[in-house]
Amino acid sequence: MLEIKNLHVKLQEEDKIILRGVDLSIKAGEVHAIMGPNGSGKSTLSYVLAGRDGYEVTDGSATLEGAELLEMEPEERAAAGLFLAFQYPVEIPGVGNMTFLRTAVNAQRKARGEEELSAGDFLKVVRAKAKTLKIDADMLKRPVNVGFSGGEKKRNEILQMAMLEPKMCILDETDSGLDVDAMKLVAEGVNALRDAGRSFLVITHYQRLLDHIKPDVVHIMAAGRIIRTGGPELALEVEHNGYADLLAEVK
Amino acid sequence: MALAQAKADALAARIAGLSLPQGGWLGAARADALARLSTMGLPGKRDEYWRYTDPSSLNQPEAPHAALFDAGDEAPIFDAIARLKIVFTDGVFDAGASDPLTLAGVEIIRLADAGATDIHWAREIYGVLEARGQTPVQRPFAALNTAFATDGVLVRVTGRAALPISLIYNHASESSDAMLHHCIKVEAGAELTVLENGPGAARLTKVLEVDLAEGATFHHIRAQGRDHQRRACTHVFARLARNALFKSFTLTANGRLTRNDAVIELLGDDAAAHVAGAAVGDGDFHHDDTVFITHAGQRCESRQVFKKVLMNGAVGVFQGKILVKQGAQKTDGYQISQSLLLDGDSQFLAKPELEIYADDVKCSHGSTSGAIDDVALFYLQSRGVPKRAAQSLLVLAFLAEAIAEVADEAIAEDIRSRLEGWLARHEH
Ligand SMILES: Nc1ncnc2c1ncn2[C@@H]1O[C@H](COP(=O)(O)OP(=O)(O)O)[C@@H](O)[C@H]1O
Ligand SMILES: [Mg+2]
Repeated sequence: MLEIKNLHVKLQEEDKIILRGVDLSIKAGEVHAIMGPNGSGKSTLSYVLAGRDGYEVTDGSATLEGAELLEMEPEERAAAGLFLAFQYPVEIPGVGNMTFLRTAVNAQRKARGEEELSAGDFLKVVRAKAKTLKIDADMLKRPVNVGFSGGEKKRNEILQMAMLEPKMCILDETDSGLDVDAMKLVAEGVNALRDAGRSFLVITHYQRLLDHIKPDVVHIMAAGRIIRTGGPELALEVEHNGYADLLAEVK
Repeated sequence: MALAQAKADALAARIAGLSLPQGGWLGAARADALARLSTMGLPGKRDEYWRYTDPSSLNQPEAPHAALFDAGDEAPIFDAIARLKIVFTDGVFDAGASDPLTLAGVEIIRLADAGATDIHWAREIYGVLEARGQTPVQRPFAALNTAFATDGVLVRVTGRAALPISLIYNHASESSDAMLHHCIKVEAGAELTVLENGPGAARLTKVLEVDLAEGATFHHIRAQGRDHQRRACTHVFARLARNALFKSFTLTANGRLTRNDAVIELLGDDAAAHVAGAAVGDGDFHHDDTVFITHAGQRCESRQVFKKVLMNGAVGVFQGKILVKQGAQKTDGYQISQSLLLDGDSQFLAKPELEIYADDVKCSHGSTSGAIDDVALFYLQSRGVPKRAAQSLLVLAFLAEAIAEVADEAIAEDIRSRLEGWLARHEH
């Protein structure tokens, strides 16, 4: 599904190198987790894959089902099936959440040559999906993420993911700032989407999210590189011993 | 006070070709206005409220040429709204294109027919509100208009007007110079909506005087003509008695020069006045909103919401003042003026002012100028919305607070769809 090879990234405006040769291969249906200390480059990796400005890829490639992602506009990556749940979801005053969702869904359908959803059909689907995430009608009417609590913003990200039905879902610290109940809701939302044709890359700081979303593979990232890859037990090891041992090992 | 010779000469040249109808109450009002104008002269670049807008194309005797705009097969704005149509082409009343001037609950008389009759209610408004609005800031083009206006309508509303009155200003000649003047009196508890649209002429000078009695309601929604080269200098003077509600919204797309003055006096207690504008300009576009709101009554509310989207060197100006007089306690005044600059060439000049002589008031004002939010743009794109569409969505979101001042949802929707069309046609 997603193949990242030797990805090197620096900031466009400064001579700061952030990713120093990332290799990652995620097969269809797999769930991978990336853990790592703050500042190791996890969000940068997700932004570069989604196509945010401000970064320069100096080497390497990233393909989604064989198509080179790094050459595409952000909206083309989305239409190709990539989705990023933001670590910090963006507030957009003046744009209603519902309008935002419908515009996004229909833009992707159009890009794929599918017919747009009628207003009625769209409403039905949105309401059903919002209900399972405990997102009420008021949250759908309000401007995108404006005045939402941390937990509401994260649930709203999962709602967007559920509506857009992407193939490759990247979740950047979707668990941060969530209490246990909210985390369960989010995890259930993610688990409901798991299937053989869909892959996940779950970026997290803590093992606890991985109790709810069981990963197939766990990677540890540090200083812009993946320094260890293993099974779910690797997450437990980090939980018990912290990153210090792993970092020392590499050095 | 004698005018400097140069100013006197410029004024003489400006009015040389205009005729001042004599006689009757209207003739007297016109003569008074000319006397006012003669002490003021035409505005110059050094006048305080003309520093950001060059008045020379309004001062010159002949209207500068303005090519006619071809809107293609697009239906005119407000087309789907049930209304009473009154049409002026290049400032001349067009009876054929207008509806009969009869409407339940409303008296409508053309200004051109009004001079001979003694219309008591209009005598108390025509040129009267304009004259009140000359202090403390002089507005010479309004006095010029009161003196020389060739036509317009005098409207008195005694009940709830059955339909909105729709004033349509067509532009047919590339060198037309139109001067229209309307007076509206909404009696106690009565209600009226006025729609205005169209460029009106190559150069349009317009005055709208609105007098609201106790508990009267007045909605004004205007879409200024899209002709790229047209010039417009308009004034709204409003006076509100107790419990009256005044709401005015203006959409401006295109036009080489637009100067819109709104001068509003909240005289009675518990009155509310909202003035709002959404302007979009590309290239040779200069748009100036100059607003002066006086709070004299207690517990009155005023809102000014002005938003401008500017690109390719377009210029936006906002000069807005809230004056709270002594005794106008519990005033609630709000003013916001914002511009969205879609490139580095465009410019927004703002002069927000508060002058407060009462101690128990709440007034806020803010003025900002900014670019499209790149993070929001990326967020939308990352959800699959193409860049252009995402930008348009953000532009409309920026304008939303101003459009929200339009109470009627069908009209608001019409305005939104015009803006969407404009954004789709203009590369940004
Ligand atoms: N746009 C940016 N401007 C400046 N520094 C940045 C930017 N993006 C990332 N960085 C820096 O790159 C490093 C990696 O950041 P990030 O990818 O956010 O890490 P993580 O998500 O793993 O905490 C940090 O040192 C961060 O400060
Ligand atoms: Mg991060």
